[in-house]
Amino acid sequence: MRAGLLNPARWGVQFNLVGICAALVILFWATVAVFAPLITPHPVGQIVDFDYFGPMTSQYWLGTDYLGRDMLSRIMVGARYTVGIALAGVLLACFAGVMLGMTAAVVGGVFDTVLSRFLDAFNSIPSLLFGLVVVAAVGSSIPVLIVTLGLIYAPGSYRFARALAVNTNTMDFVTVARARGEGTLYLVREEIFPNIIGPVLADFGLRFVWIVLLLSGLSFLGIGVQPPNADWGQLVRENLGGLPFAAPAVIFPSIAIASLTISVNMLIDNLPQRVRDRAE
Amino acid sequence: MTGGVACVPRPTGLSASAPGRWTTVLNRQIAVLLLRRLGITLISLVIVSFAVFFATELLPGDVAQILLGQAATPEAVAGLRTAMGLDEPAIIRFVKWMGGLAVGDMGTSYVNNTPIAELIGNRLGNSLRLAGVATALSVPLALTLGITTAMYRRSLYDRVISVLTISIVSVPEFMLATGAVLIFAVYLQWVPALSMASDVASIGDLLRTFALPVGILTLAVSVQMIRMTRAAVIDTLSTPYVEMALLKGASMPRAVLKHALPNAIGPIANAIALSLSYLIGGVIIMETVFNYPGVAKLMVDAVSTRDLPLIQSCAIIFCFSYLFLVTLADVAGILSNPRLRH
Repeated sequence: MRAGLLNPARWGVQFNLVGICAALVILFWATVAVFAPLITPHPVGQIVDFDYFGPMTSQYWLGTDYLGRDMLSRIMVGARYTVGIALAGVLLACFAGVMLGMTAAVVGGVFDTVLSRFLDAFNSIPSLLFGLVVVAAVGSSIPVLIVTLGLIYAPGSYRFARALAVNTNTMDFVTVARARGEGTLYLVREEIFPNIIGPVLADFGLRFVWIVLLLSGLSFLGIGVQPPNADWGQLVRENLGGLPFAAPAVIFPSIAIASLTISVNMLIDNLPQRVRDRAE
Repeated sequence: MTGGVACVPRPTGLSASAPGRWTTVLNRQIAVLLLRRLGITLISLVIVSFAVFFATELLPGDVAQILLGQAATPEAVAGLRTAMGLDEPAIIRFVKWMGGLAVGDMGTSYVNNTPIAELIGNRLGNSLRLAGVATALSVPLALTLGITTAMYRRSLYDRVISVLTISIVSVPEFMLATGAVLIFAVYLQWVPALSMASDVASIGDLLRTFALPVGILTLAVSVQMIRMTRAAVIDTLSTPYVEMALLKGASMPRAVLKHALPNAIGPIANAIALSLSYLIGGVIIMETVFNYPGVAKLMVDAVSTRDLPLIQSCAIIFCFSYLFLVTLADVAGILSNPRLRH
């Protein structure tokens, strides 16, 4: 199963055109995020244009922002914050959620019941609200944002992984392994995990999208990434004054967010059938 | 299991003749399910209140110190701590706070020393109106689109709606809002850009200022509901008993409405409940973008002034209303489940 999933031929032949385009867009933003400081045409914090909300010109491809800074450079560096924080958050959420979910399914009993109840209740706090309360209490910084985003989305990941693991747990090979006297850690690592990794990866992608959306929303409300740094949500917020003039400075960060999130969603929607079906 | 289900969604006239013994057993089953569901809601209420209360306990440093600033004398800080009851253990303050909430006393704002109930009372109606109108519009819209796209799966209509919904689901709510302002206020100039609800003079004005926030909120809430409703109906359509109905010659609308839908109501109610969490987030964003005088705007402003009692109260109001709506949707799902109805 594991070898099959990592075999590019099996994935490759089943990808359609939409899936390939989506993957290319994701790859593009990943590259930009990694190499941002090397490829920005202008220094990111420097005021390069005396005009503000400047139009798209050959010198400033995406116009200039409310202080006359180059938008293209700011979006490139913004990609680092948006993609980086969201990736760290989703890794935290999925690692915690999947580990706990598999353990709960294997161990069962009171541990499972109490943990499930508790996380379900936790899940019933609307995510944006949770972010607002935490940031109001502890203040906003990048580590706080990552941990908060991770905490908000861990219960959903737990529920998803547990549901899959409970199904796998009833299989004969797990019963055999248990009869052999294998411990919980072995069961989780060797028997359960390889069998749920496909759907878990699809869920990882969806959760990444939700975290990007939530992070942008928090930044848009002014409680996410703090100035002078700016992720894409913060870029929309600080250039909102350009909205009545339809300035490129407010339109392009929005397009950047949409291109990333729509691509990830499209990629997951066009995943090979056997992975996607089990993911739903 | 599906075989047993096949005969269930029959006209109520037939079920009336079912043996009375089964009726009581199944009704007891419904009662147990409902009680269990309400119990879960109660536990959630306590855990959520606990979380909201203690999130603010995470605050590094001392609340009294922060309120009085760097220049405060230690005596002043100690006096304020006593006055605010901060000397008591956190658990006592939590119980007192819950007791106050139960009788509608939410404490006093740190920033302007006004009773919070008063601050919120003025604005709660506005928020409820926004959320209520959006829900009333989005549920019928989403159900219609979700069910019809499932009926005509893989048609052009279904594909267009699918691409639209996945695109809208993937973008943040504030982007829908700014996009709509750009189109309707800046290019078309149908509505005022970033309207203020304060200078509403006529019904026409009201509609124009209200149209964008409500429209976008409706859109944001509907799309998730459409996707999940469609998935739920398609799931039921692939069961053998619906296939049987189609083979018998039932038309597609009849197979969906009479046979598949009664069994899909549970998942659909669940979908509506889940989408309502988008409603809460959506209300927060809409009120901020459109400068709408509601509770969410109050809360976002309170975050920037770190007015903790006000934030707690607003958060509790949102969490409680969300829990209430989710419970309502789940109860509706249990009551309408044909497997439990007779």
